This record gives sequence, structure tokens and C-alpha cells, in this order.
Amino acid sequence: MLPGDPLNRVLYIDLSRLSSSVEERPNLFESALGGSAAGIQLLAEETPQGADPLGAHNAIVFAVGPLVGHYPLASKTVAMFKSPHTGNLGESHAGGRSAISIRMAGYGAIVIRGVSKLPIYVVIDGDQVHFNDASALWGMRSSYTVGSVLRVRESGSGLRSIMRIGRAGERKVSYACVTTETYRHFGRLGLGAVFGSKGLKALAICGKGSLPVADRRAYRKIYDELFEAVTKTTLMKKYHDLGTPMNVLPLNTIGALPTRNLQSGRFEGAEAISGERLAEDYLGRRVACAHCPTACIHLAALRIPYPNDPYFYKTLMLGYDHELIYAMGSMLGIQDVSGMLQLIDEAEIQGLDVMTTGVTLAWATEALERGLISTQDTDGLQMTWGEAEAYLQAIKRIVSQPTDFYTALARGVDHAASQYGGADFALAFGGNEMPGYHTGPGAHLGYLTGARHSHLDSAGYSLDQNAARSGEAITPQSLADSLLVEERWRQVLTSLPICLFARGVYTPEVVLKALGTLGIEWTYEDLDRLGRETLQIKYAYKQREGFTFEQLRLPQRIFETPAPTGTFDETFLRQAIEHYANSL
Amino acid sequence: MFACVRRLGKGGLEGTCIHVKSAGGIRKGFVVIVCRACHDPPCARVCPTDALVYREGGGVHLKPKLCIGCENCVEACPFGAIFWDFHQNKPEVCVYCGYCAPYCPYDVLALEEIKELSHVTG
Repeated sequence: MLPGDPLNRVLYIDLSRLSSSVEERPNLFESALGGSAAGIQLLAEETPQGADPLGAHNAIVFAVGPLVGHYPLASKTVAMFKSPHTGNLGESHAGGRSAISIRMAGYGAIVIRGVSKLPIYVVIDGDQVHFNDASALWGMRSSYTVGSVLRVRESGSGLRSIMRIGRAGERKVSYACVTTETYRHFGRLGLGAVFGSKGLKALAICGKGSLPVADRRAYRKIYDELFEAVTKTTLMKKYHDLGTPMNVLPLNTIGALPTRNLQSGRFEGAEAISGERLAEDYLGRRVACAHCPTACIHLAALRIPYPNDPYFYKTLMLGYDHELIYAMGSMLGIQDVSGMLQLIDEAEIQGLDVMTTGVTLAWATEALERGLISTQDTDGLQMTWGEAEAYLQAIKRIVSQPTDFYTALARGVDHAASQYGGADFALAFGGNEMPGYHTGPGAHLGYLTGARHSHLDSAGYSLDQNAARSGEAITPQSLADSLLVEERWRQVLTSLPICLFARGVYTPEVVLKALGTLGIEWTYEDLDRLGRETLQIKYAYKQREGFTFEQLRLPQRIFETPAPTGTFDETFLRQAIEHYANSL
Repeated sequence: MFACVRRLGKGGLEGTCIHVKSAGGIRKGFVVIVCRACHDPPCARVCPTDALVYREGGGVHLKPKLCIGCENCVEACPFGAIFWDFHQNKPEVCVYCGYCAPYCPYDVLALEEIKELSHVTG
């Protein structure tokens, strides 16, 4: 690390004492770089074994890394916490301005401990930390308004990140998210509930620092090469054009688009909710995270008439991505785009993880169809495939929890199925609800074995699609091996950390060159070590907190609904899981 | 913003002479704040020591040795395009080098030579 680079600095904030301090941690950042690798070590230090995820002993770690503030698409912050959703490792990444703000404020990581007596919001402005009363913000109906209020009240427009929670986080819905810059989220695994449990309504971070480089000429040269690769080649084309919703139609064509709680892999309404159709009819604006020229964030403009006044309208601007279209569209059988966008909007207002919310509502709909629950449980709502209005009301009830049933839904499908039955079609893996790919065993093995049970851990969906295309036979062992190699490498990328959409640009060779310009002289072996060790440390943490591969629950539904690779069975997946566990 | 700093061989944002912020929340998009190279720059007019002087072709040129750090120029610019270097206690303003423009892939930024006054006032 170069002298003058503030990456070594960790800001510790204690909400119980309303105090803060800074510690230099050069050894941590020299060996771990930052992001995931530094974050998991800080979390393991901070949270004692068995800590209550919603108690004072849980900690929130935000970690950035060396490439942030230097190179394009190094735009992500890694959040590490104990998840109230799975009761185990919580890791969630977000872009927006979060990473740049933390790095420019002069830190490599921020650790938040304790619980505040009063609702508060914290402002980090460079070296200063301010604790502000948030009592008046607590309980506000819309998380958008919280953002608007803080945007006006606090300074630093253009140089800051404002992370905030909605009512879902306040009420500790186990899959409440933290929203930053309106359209980016620490979406998965319930960071919003951890904020809520600490009385932390929002965290604003602002800074305008500078960063040294080792070799100016080489820095500008590598920068230009990267910029060229990002903007002039086809490597980012998918994200640049239609964005991730371009997946909807191809996945539907091959039968991999989970539909009506994965009773099918094909949705008759796929065309209506496709990236193409949304771009044509609704795309109203494109925006980017700080320091990213790609602008993958697609905003739909949705005109909503006032209920009682003719010629009065409001226009919503809503972010949409493949996962949101899957969760609030095909998974619920919804092809009415306006209805789907309003569901996304309601989840944003409440501050919920859209993916888990959609999967949870899909499970509830099937449970209602099968008579496991009644409309008494649902507070009178007749949830029916394709009918957005009932789902809109259900999302509100997940947060307001008028019946025991909604209190159960507020903890996700694993928990709800443990209370009401229906585990065979409760689509969660390692406790985390399913992403929008039913491509074959690779996808599901990835959700099961990935350290954060996310499709982004190891991209099994990509292996499936290659196998389906080539017709090549896959064995449990070969599949597990491929996923492990990918997940290890992604530990490196998320320790820099870069946006995984740029994984095609940031090859090992490019990463080494980029680090070299910052005075970090690493080798291929160093990268390899970092990937292996980080995954091992994550799994050591998971096992310390009670995770076992043997206890992973495999919902039967995934074996019943044919995937593009054909059907596969539990034995195949169990063998693959075992091989993965042994190879770690 | 990053390009402006990278021009000086550094990373980060300190010293950037161009600023991008949301137009009141990202829902409403973004605005770019940078010196528009006025032909009768108010920032220069309010400088008590002639440290900020009119630059041939539009905009201003800073003579740092003359600057006393009064910040009148910051107040005078209606766009907020004069930034402040708190270490040196002196203004930071665009030098019209155009280094940033090629790093804007959406042609929002461009470096243009403007000769006729009527072109800018029109």
C-alpha cells in the first residue's frame, strides 16, 4: 500500500455509546486487499459465536478496496453482517455512490457496533462522525421520502451516499433491504433488519479525498485500456443495451424462467414483461453508479392517474432488472407491466428485498391454492396468479403483519413452510429465496453451495446453459469443481471490489496490472491464495454459526419442473454438494 | 470528475474542477457543473487582487500568488462552478483542457473552440 493511501483506516462506530474511533489496519488490507476478504475477517472479529443477528453483538461491516476511486466499475461496497434471514453469514453488495463515498471519506472499512436507544441517523463527513435524532423519520410510510428529507437536510450532493431503510427494516422483516441512491440496494439477507434492530434509520457518507498512485503514466495507460474495453468492446454490451432484462426472453425460450412458483419454466406472458418490451414502452431514463460508464440502471417511467381526479397524474421512475421482473412478474404469473412495476414500487416504499418478497408471495399463492392456508390467514386477500392488486396489498401486510400468517411470511418461505407446510414448493436454498434461473443442476448447486446462497456466488446458470447448448454430459464432480473455481475467483473480484458485471474485463492479468500501478505488487499465486483463503474463512464462519452441508434442504419442486438440461435428481445434487464440501 | 483528477496523475476526487450531482434525487437525473467560460466573468470582476483574470476566448485564469483566499469568486458564480481547495485556500476552476471530455461516453461533454462572441450569447 502506498504512503498516503487511506485504505488501511477502519472507522469504528459504536451506536450504544454514540462514539467513534479510527484504527489503522495495514496488515489486514495488505493481505486481504479489501471488500469480501477484509470484510469477513472484520465480521468474524466483531461478532461472537452465536450472536443474535438482531442484538447488540451483531456488527455491520462495510468494506471497499484498493481499486475503488482509481478504476472504472470498481464501484461496489461489500456489506458483511450476521443475517437475520438465515441466522448465518450475511453478505450483500451495492453500488450507487456507496463505495466511492467510503473511500473518498478516507476509509477502507466502516464497522458499526451496538444499539442506539433512540432512532438515529449517522453522518460520516470525512473525519467527522455526527449522530442525529431520527425519531421523526421513524415510521414514515415511504422510504423515498426518507431519502428526500436527508438529501435536503445534509450537505455534499454529488459526493455522498445515503443508505436508508424503510418500515420493513424498522419492523425487522428478515429480508428488509438497505437502499442507497434510490436505485441500488444491499438487497439480500436482511441488512435492513439489522439497521432497524440498531435503531439506525440511515447512514450518510461523504468525502472528497485524493489517492496516490505508484506510476502515473502506467496508471493512465491501464485506465485507458480498461475504459476502452468497457466502452468500445462487446464485453459490457448486454448491460449497456437492454440491461439484465435481456435475459427474460432467452430464458423463457429454453424453459428456465421460473413461473408461478416454478410450476413451469415457461411463461406465456414473457414477451409482455421482456427487456425489449419494457425498453420500447417504458424506459424513461438511464443512470449509472459512480465511476461506471456503462449505466446499466434502467428506469421505467410509469404514469399513474389520481384515483378521483381526471387529468391528474404522477409519474414514477422505477428501476427494473431481470431479477425484479422474475420475482414480481413471471413468478407471480403477472404479465400486466403496470401492475408488475407497482409491485416493485411498493417493495421499494417498504424497503423489502424484491426477490425474496416475490418468491414468498408465490409460495403463499400456491399454499392458498392447495388449502394449506385460508383467506382468514391472508386477512381476506385472495392471492391469485396474475392479479397484481391482491399482491400489492399483501406486500403492505408483510410489513404491517395483521395476522400470524404475515408475521411468518415476514421471515421468508423456509420459516413460513415450517409453520404451515408446503416445504416441497418453498423455494429457498440455504435459507435464501431463489433467484430467477431454473437452468439446471448448476444453478441450484450454486444457490446451495455459494457462501451467500446467491446466483452471483458462482454463476451456475451459465454452466447449465453451456451444457444444454453443447449437449455435454455433466457429472456432480465436474459441476462442483467448476463452481468452486468460479466462486474462489469471485472472492478476488469482490475484494477489489469491482462490479461483477465487469468480470469479463477484469481478467487476472488486468487485475495484477491495475494493482501494480497502485504499488501493490502481487502475483497470480497471491490472487489464487486470496480466493481460496477467503472462501475458507467464510465457510469457517458459517460452520462456527451452525451451517452444515448435510442439512441443506432441497425443495422437491426443482426436480419436478424440467430444466433446459433435462430433469435431475436429489442424488445428483447431494453428490455434488458432498464433492464441493470436500474440495473446499 | 475522476478524469479531471487523473489528469494530474492522482486517483480520487480532490481537486476536481467539474462536478456531477443529482437534480434533486437520482429519479430526476443528473446535472453537470463546470465553468461555462463566460465572456464577462463575474468571478473575475469581484476578485479584489486581480488574481482571477479574464482569459482570451472566455473564462478565467488564476494567478495563485495574487490570491488572498477571500472566496468572493465562489459567491459570484451563479452555477457554483468555482470549487475550493481547502489545503491551499484558493479557488479551483476549469482550465479548459478538455481532458474529461473523451471519458464521457454519452457526448454530454465536449471541448469546443468558440471564436465568435455571438455563438455563446445566442
